[in-house]
Parts: sequence; C-alpha cells; structure tokens
Amino acid sequence: MSPQLAVTLIVFAPLAGALVAGLFGRLIGHRVAQIVTTGLLFVACALAWVTFRQVFGGAWPHAFTVTLAPFIHVGRFVSDWSIRIDSLSAVMLVVVTSVSALVHLYSWGYMRTDPHRARFFAYLSLFTFAMLALVTAADFMQLFFGWEGVGLASYLLIGFWYEKPTANAAAIKAFVVNRVGDAGFALGIMTVFWAFGSIRFADVFPLVASHADLAWRFGSAQFRLMDLACVLLFIGAMGKSAQFLLHTWLPDAMEGPTPVSALIHAATMVTAGVYMVCLLSPMFEAAPVAKGVVTVVGAITCLFAATIGLAQNDIKRVIAYSTCSQLGYMFFAAGIGAYPAAMFHLFTHAFFKALLFLGAGSVIEAMHHEQDMRHMGALWNKTPITYVVMLLGTLAITGVGIPGLDLGFAGFYSKDAIINAAYVASATQGTAMFAFICGVVAAGLTSFYSWRLIFMTFHGHAKWGAHEAHGHDAHADHGAHGHGAHTPHESPWVMILPLILLSVGAVFAGGVFDESFVGGDRAGFWGSALSATTSGTLLDQIHHLPQWVVLAPLAVTAVGFFAAWYYYIAREGLAARIAARRGLLWAFLYNKWYFDELYDAVFVRGAKALGDLFWKGGDKKLIDGLGPDGVSEVSYAVGRGVSRVQTGYVYHYAFVMLLGVAGLVSYALWAFR
Amino acid sequence: MSGILSLTTYLPLVGVAAILIARGLARSEAAAAQSARWVALIATLATFALSVLLVAAFRPSVAGFQFNESFAWFGGLNYRMGVDGISVLFVLLTAFLMPLCVIASWRSVTNRVVEYMIAFLVLETLVIGVFCALDLLVFYLFFEGQLVPMFLIIGIWGGKNRVYAAFKFFLYTLLGSVLMLAAILAMISIAHTSSIPDLLAYHFSGSVQMWLWLAFFASFAVKLPMWPVHTWLPDAHVEAPTAGSVILAGILLKMGGYGFMRFSLPMFPDASHAFTPLVFALSVIAIVYTSLVAFRQDDMKKLIAYSSVAHMGFVTLGIFSGTLQGEQGALFQMLSHGLISGALFLCVGVVYDRMHTREIAFYGGLVSRMPIYAAVFMLFTMGNVGLPGTSGFVGEILTLTGTYGAATWPAIIAVTGVILSAVYALTLYRRVVFGQLINPALNAITDLASAEMLVFAPLIVGTLVLGFHPGYVFDITTGAAAHLTEAYRAAVGR
Repeated sequence: MSPQLAVTLIVFAPLAGALVAGLFGRLIGHRVAQIVTTGLLFVACALAWVTFRQVFGGAWPHAFTVTLAPFIHVGRFVSDWSIRIDSLSAVMLVVVTSVSALVHLYSWGYMRTDPHRARFFAYLSLFTFAMLALVTAADFMQLFFGWEGVGLASYLLIGFWYEKPTANAAAIKAFVVNRVGDAGFALGIMTVFWAFGSIRFADVFPLVASHADLAWRFGSAQFRLMDLACVLLFIGAMGKSAQFLLHTWLPDAMEGPTPVSALIHAATMVTAGVYMVCLLSPMFEAAPVAKGVVTVVGAITCLFAATIGLAQNDIKRVIAYSTCSQLGYMFFAAGIGAYPAAMFHLFTHAFFKALLFLGAGSVIEAMHHEQDMRHMGALWNKTPITYVVMLLGTLAITGVGIPGLDLGFAGFYSKDAIINAAYVASATQGTAMFAFICGVVAAGLTSFYSWRLIFMTFHGHAKWGAHEAHGHDAHADHGAHGHGAHTPHESPWVMILPLILLSVGAVFAGGVFDESFVGGDRAGFWGSALSATTSGTLLDQIHHLPQWVVLAPLAVTAVGFFAAWYYYIAREGLAARIAARRGLLWAFLYNKWYFDELYDAVFVRGAKALGDLFWKGGDKKLIDGLGPDGVSEVSYAVGRGVSRVQTGYVYHYAFVMLLGVAGLVSYALWAFR
Repeated sequence: MSGILSLTTYLPLVGVAAILIARGLARSEAAAAQSARWVALIATLATFALSVLLVAAFRPSVAGFQFNESFAWFGGLNYRMGVDGISVLFVLLTAFLMPLCVIASWRSVTNRVVEYMIAFLVLETLVIGVFCALDLLVFYLFFEGQLVPMFLIIGIWGGKNRVYAAFKFFLYTLLGSVLMLAAILAMISIAHTSSIPDLLAYHFSGSVQMWLWLAFFASFAVKLPMWPVHTWLPDAHVEAPTAGSVILAGILLKMGGYGFMRFSLPMFPDASHAFTPLVFALSVIAIVYTSLVAFRQDDMKKLIAYSSVAHMGFVTLGIFSGTLQGEQGALFQMLSHGLISGALFLCVGVVYDRMHTREIAFYGGLVSRMPIYAAVFMLFTMGNVGLPGTSGFVGEILTLTGTYGAATWPAIIAVTGVILSAVYALTLYRRVVFGQLINPALNAITDLASAEMLVFAPLIVGTLVLGFHPGYVFDITTGAAAHLTEAYRAAVGR
C-alpha cells in the first residue's frame, strides 16, 4: 500500500463509519453500527501504527503531503484539503486512533443499554475524523476546520443525554467558551495572512525569520508581528485546551458519557492546543513575548487546576481538573521551547489519562452511576481489575520512578523531562523559574489528589454498603439475589480489555519512547517537524542537573502520597470533618475559585442585560419610537379604513435618520481614522 | 443564448397567465387552488432549469456583462439586460428558492391560493429582473416593483399584526426608494445615460458622488437591512407566511448587498471610501447589537430575523473592505445566507404548521418525537453559527479576513459575532429541540413528512457542498469580484 493511500484511509475510515452509523443507524441497527464504526477505527489504528513505523523506520518519506482537493481559493488566501504527514502528525495519528479505537470498544460495554447507541458511535467516529483532519492540516484553514469540527463533536457528545438540563448547559458552555478562543485564533490567522500573504504552513514558516520583527498595527496599538500573531493563535489553544481563564467548560464537560471524557476531554481534543503550539514552533521560536505568555499561562493552569482538584468529590471532576493541570505542564514545556517534552507528555498523558477516565467509568458503572467518591470506598476487592489498572494509571500520572536507574512509569519520563527542562531554561528565561516552581508544587498536589481518589474510591470503609442497606432494609430477607444486583461488580470484558491495553501504555510508553522523543535519538525522530532552536540545548542539559532538582518531583510526590494516606486512610473521616467546617480556603477550592460565579455575573448576565437594553430600549423605544412611531398612527389609520399615507411622518423620519447618520459619521471618522 | 435573461425573468409571468386561465376553467375554488399550485410549481421549476442553463453557459473568464439584451423602449429609454459574475448566481439562488417556497406553501397556505401563487410568481419575475437589469430605470422599476407583491404577501397571508408589519416594511423601504429615485434622476441628468455599463465607466465628481452615495445608501441600507434601519425586518418576518420569510431573508435582503456592489462601490468609489468608516461602524454595531437582541427573543422567527441582520453586517464589512477576500466573502455570504436562513425559516415553519405558535417556550424536547427534524435543524443551526464544513463559515471567515485587511478594529469587534452567534443559535436549539418533552400538546407532533424532506434536501446539499467546496461559487465570481476590487482600489488610490 502506498503511503498516500494509507494515510488517506486513516483519515477517512472514521468519517465513513460516522456516516454509516449516523445516516443509517436506524436502518442497520445498533449492533451493526457499533461493529462498523469500531471496525473501521481499528483499521485506521492499525494503519496509523504502520505509518508511525514506516515514517520513523525510514521506509516512507519522513514528511509528505497528500493534496486531496481545493478548499478555499480566493486570491492568495489558498487552502486545500490535504493530509500532511511528518513526525508530529504521525505521533498524533497513533495517539488519536489508538485511544479512539479503544474507547469505541469500551463503549460497547459502557453504552450497552443506551437507546441511542448508533448515534453515539456516529459522533465518536465523527470526532475522530475531525481530530485527524486537524492534526494532518497543511494550512490554517483546515486546521481551523478540524479545530471547530472537534468542537462540534464535543458539543454533541457532552449534550448526548439531551434530556438532562445540566448536560445541555454544559454542551453550550463548552461550545461558547471554545468560540471565545476561536475568535482569537481567527484573528491570529488573519494576521498571518496579511503579514505573510499565505495561510499555508509551508509558505509561512520560511518567511518567519524575515518578518518576525515587523511592526504590526492591531487595534490602536503597534505590536511586534510575531508576538502578536502567536499570542492570538495561543488564545485559540487556551480555549481548546482549557487553560486558565478559558478552563471553565472542561469540568462541566464531564456531563457527557465517560468514554467521551476519556477520548475527547482527556486524551485527544484538549491536547490540540499543545499540538498547535508545537506545530507552529517555528513561529513561536521567533516570538519571545508570546512564549512567555504561553509559559506563564501554562504554569498558572498547572498549579491552579491542581488546587481545585484537591477539594472535588466527583470522581470525574477530579480527573478533569487533573487533565487541565497536566495540559498546563505541556504548555509551559512548549512555552520554554522544550517542544519535544511537551509532545512527549501529550503522548504518555493520552494513555494514562484515558486509562484513568475509563477506569473511573468502570467504577461509576460498578456503583450504578454514582460519581460522588464520598459514597464509594473499599471497592478494591469488588472490582479488582479496575483497581489494578487505576493504580497503574495513578503511578503513571504521579510520575513514580527511580531517577538513578532511569526506570519508571510513563509520567516519570515525560513530566520530569518538563520540570527539568524548565529548570534549565530558568537560566535564560525569567518565566521558566516560575514554571519550574509551579510544576514542582503541582506535582505534589497531583500526587495528593490522585492518591486521594484511589483511597476514597477503593480503600477505607465502604460507604455504599450502609447507604444501600438503609434503603433496602425491608427487602433484606429477599435474599442475596435481589440484593446482589446492587453490590458493586466488575465491568464486562469489552470494558476491561481496553483498560488493560491502555495500562500497558501507561506503564511502558515512557520508557520505550524516552530516547526517541526527548533523548539522544530525538533529532532523527522529529526531523524538521519541531523547531530545535531552544529545545536542543534544553534537552541536552537535563541530564546534567543538580541532584536536588532531579529529586524534587519525587520528593513532593512522596509527600503528596503520605498526606493523602494520612487524611483518607490513617485518619479516615478527618477530611470530611475539615470539609464540614467550610473554611475559607476549602470553600475557595471547592467552589473552583468562584470562576463560574464571576463569569456568570459578568458575561452571562451582562449579555442578557445588554440584549434587553438594546431590544427594548434601543429598537423599541429609541429607533421605533423616534422613527416609525408614526407607523403605528398610520396603521391605526389604516385600521379605521383611512388609507391616506400621512406624508408628514416620512419627513419626520428622514430627518431623524439623517441626524443619526451625521452623528455616526463624525463618530466613526474620529474612531477609525 | 440571446434572450435567455428575459426568458428567465418573464417565464414566471407565463405561469401567472396559466393560473388565471386555469382559474377561469376550474369548476370549484378548490380545483382552481390545486391547479394554481401545480402551475406555480412547474413555472418555478422551469425557471430554475433556465437559470441552471444560464449559469452553465456563463463564461467566468469573459470580462464585463454577458447575455446582453438591448433595445429601445418607450420614451427614448432603453431596455438593457445582462449578467456578470456578481449577479448571475443571485438569479440562480432566486430560481432555486422559489420552487421550494411553492412546495413549502402547498399545504400550509389554504386561503386565496390562486392570488398567493400569483404574488409569488410576480415577485420572482421582479427579483430576477433586479439582478439582470442593466438600465437604471429598468432596475428601479424591478427594485421598487417587488415591494408590492411582498407587501401583499405579508398583508394578506400574514399573522395577527400583519397590517402593522406590512406598513412598516413598506414605509421603510419606500423612504429609501424615494431617495434612490432622486439619485437616479440626478445621475441621468449628469451623465446623460441610464445605461449601467456606461455609468460604470463614467466618473462622477467628488461632491456629487457623496450625495448620490448617500441616497443609494439609504435605499440599500434599509433593504439589507443595516442598523439602525433594521427594525422593520423582525416584524415583517414574524408576520409573513413561511415562504414569505424564506424569500425575504433569502433574496430580498441580498438586493441591498447587490446594490452596494453594483452601484455604490464601482460608481462612487471616492464616496464609498470616504464613508467606509460609517459603514464599518454601522456593520459592527449591527453584528454585536442584533446578536445580543437575538439572544433575548421569545419568538423563533424574530430570533432568526435578528440573526439575519447580524449576518448582513458581515456582508457590508466585506464589501466596503475593498479587498478581494472581502468582496468574494460578501458574495458568498449572501448566497450562503440565502440557503441557511431560508432553511431556518422553513424549520420554524415546520413546527408552526403543526402547533401554530412560534413561541420558543412552548417547545422543548422535540428530538424525542422528531429526530430527523432535529438533525436537519442542527445542521442549519451550525450553518448559522458559521461552523467550518457549512457554507456559513466560508463567507464569515473571508469577510472578516477582508475587513482585517482594511482596518483591524472592525475585524476585532466583528469577530465577537462569531461567539455571540453560538450563544443565541445554540440556546434556541436547546430550548426547542433538546430537554425533556414536557408540554403535553407536543406528544403527538410528527416528524418531517416526505414533502418537507423534499424541500430541505436541496438546501442541505447546497449548504454542505458549498461548505466543503466553495470553489463552485468562486469559479464564477472570481473574475467580476477581482475586477470590482481592482477598479475600486485604483480609483481610491490604494
């Protein structure tokens, strides 16, 4: 099979599945829809691994682009439907199709009783297609297409259970907050277009060096071109990857079915922002201010989201904030210029975070759709496989490993590479030290909330037993059969198998790929796909660090573990008593820094108030009142059978309109000239 | 192919004659109504077929106007027709939407069917005439003439407040028309010609341009409509029958944008340039203001009407940006909006026909009874939001890009429209389609019938095909849009 055909099949197999399941789902039934979508996804996944091997093995060209059809061709604004393969997109193809295929399979079990399964699978496959279109884009328009396409799929899947008002609200929130980011993204694309005269990466990148320092007028101020363009583009990344200020949609997105959370809101879509910054690394390298912004936003997010994760009780929300925090790591890695480290963490994170989410889904399933960890506990022997894989996932995310032997779980390699690179970069970049500190502290918090999750869910006393018993006392002598249906149980094999496969990734993805992604082989691995200007020196030096820097992440991880153990095992109930006191700090974290309340008061109510003002005050009172209030007279006159048009009114109206025109002209001329 | 423009323009009138004859022969009111429906359908389909031929025979590479017709009319006036890349697709759009309107009215209009169909056919003739006319006075006659059937459609087949709405519509547009007529007469007396191709080559002096531009602007701004002369539109839409709304939003609004591209920009370039800040200001106000107002509406049609005003704001931005991306984007946006807004009004019509209310709060949870409708409505909601993959995106991103090229502030403000459109459109969808079906009156509501599917299918295909392959439009418009842009930029020295 030719490389061109293979990669085309990878991208379009999921689309074919989505169309079959979406258009003919009712005709062919749920079962066939499931088989078709999942089957095609596994085909795509197999081909993606082939591509990965061939591209890195050297059998196929290291970078090539398949141009399929024209998209928008207007003057120099030229975009084509194309599939761009290089190291970066090859890695993403593997991540996206692997997780997607496993999530498809897992959903056979998780969604087995849902009456709208065919639609669910159609959406999952549609998402996968949009994500693949995103990662294989050769220009900004297709990138934007994929960008918004995954947003659509995310919206549809968050709101999948459309009867739930909270799900609907969360879906709209996700779409709208993402649109805020996309607005910045779009302005970034326009800046690139007018500065470079093209929106194709291959045209833009070679010109970066000569254009970067141009003074660019934007709004009423002058900016350095490359910094402006990159900051605007990064706003898009902030929305999609739920970074600080634009993060509020991600926790709410947990209203969607859990497989969706694993695929879209953990492993793939939310990492698109990181991917974008890495993809555009030749531009960001020439934009030191923008890099600083990326670093600071990423560092704040990684710490801030971790603090919120400490106090959440919904198992999915804990993992959601954890995702937010881990994305922060990836961003500040990219911000300091360690793009390979960012991509490495993206890669390993996809496996262990999908694992944690799907494991949480298995727990939720076991608990009969209970998501509050305060009602769980002692599940380890009820759901032993889920317990083991969740443990592996936790070891991976907390980055457990032995620095001296360079041996550990996946997160150990990728997260430590980021933290260490930040330390190296702090010698030359002011913001990197801030990122290093945030990263180390957040590593401790990560350990705490991750182990807290494990302890509250799988250890301690069973809260569900008492909970259940109360409701079922009267039926106690109905025997084990009726009651047995209510005790937690292990999930079916279609759910367990993906968990086991992902846990293989969570354990080995770091060690196996360390050398290629960030180690000695990285130059050959990445080729020209990532800018090596800064990352080269950074990643060379991470092996020559002071001992305390190397040990710091491990130390704080240990502290986090013991703290969690103390609060949730040794003195079980202590945490609940702290929560019950509703202290200021606890309330601040529990209420997520009050961002939702703030945004609701300012933006949501503001928009409503302005809308009402413009409608009732502007349109009805001012415009209709000053202008066609004569209209109502006329219509009354008509109602009475008098059809004579009162000509005086026309002049009245014309006069008012001209006055308004004159006023606006002067205003506008003043404002825009 | 000479004469094809007049043939396309007047073919609907042949339908009118046939309807009148059929009524004379019909034995009953019902039989006359049924024959009127069929004749109208056949006439509009035949017109559509002609317009397809027209576009197929159109040669984008040829500069200037094609399929020219010219002969002396009465009183020393000339009758001239012709199309270029700017106008030819509007002819196609009109002829494309008209049969859909006839089908959509098949069952929902039962009162005075004969007159209704006649009004639509006359309207079609006048609208196609507007886009083909190459003589100022002929243009004016068509342009103003369509007020009458539209006024009647709203006033006779409209809702409760139809008289108020019809008069508001009439007065607003008449105001603009009076000024435009004065300008037309002035142009003829100055340039001694009413031929549009000749006028395009004529250079008006600076101060004259200003006055002429303002007079034309009054007319086109009302028609489009631009803020603050937009308040007739929501009322007209709410009261108009479904098909009336489709034509109103789908085609009549576009005459404003077409006018800017045919007259204002090429004939009065200096004035256009001078007034660009005004147009930009009104456009961005329209985008933000009407989007926020749309968000607060309780009536489905009013919401979509307000969203139309916001979308037209992108069109005026694009046109007055004077960039190729802006002009192409504006043209594309108008065509795309014709499909999407038309389809959205049809979506409202579907539930209105069943429940006889457009109040958003009445609905909710329709997806459980009307899954196909929900999917169709979702597609057009996404088109309205400007999601890539639908035609709505292409026009929006190009007009924004063009605007950015001219001035960054308007682009920065207008881009918020991208956010706000998501707010109002998704909120509408959620309140109508998602949620639990609580209202017992909705329990028996039925999904799309096959006739309704027939109406939506071409719109779906159009929205998606143009969304993924906008080149079908650009191939035709590029030459004319590029010429317009270059001439304008040369005239204003940019």
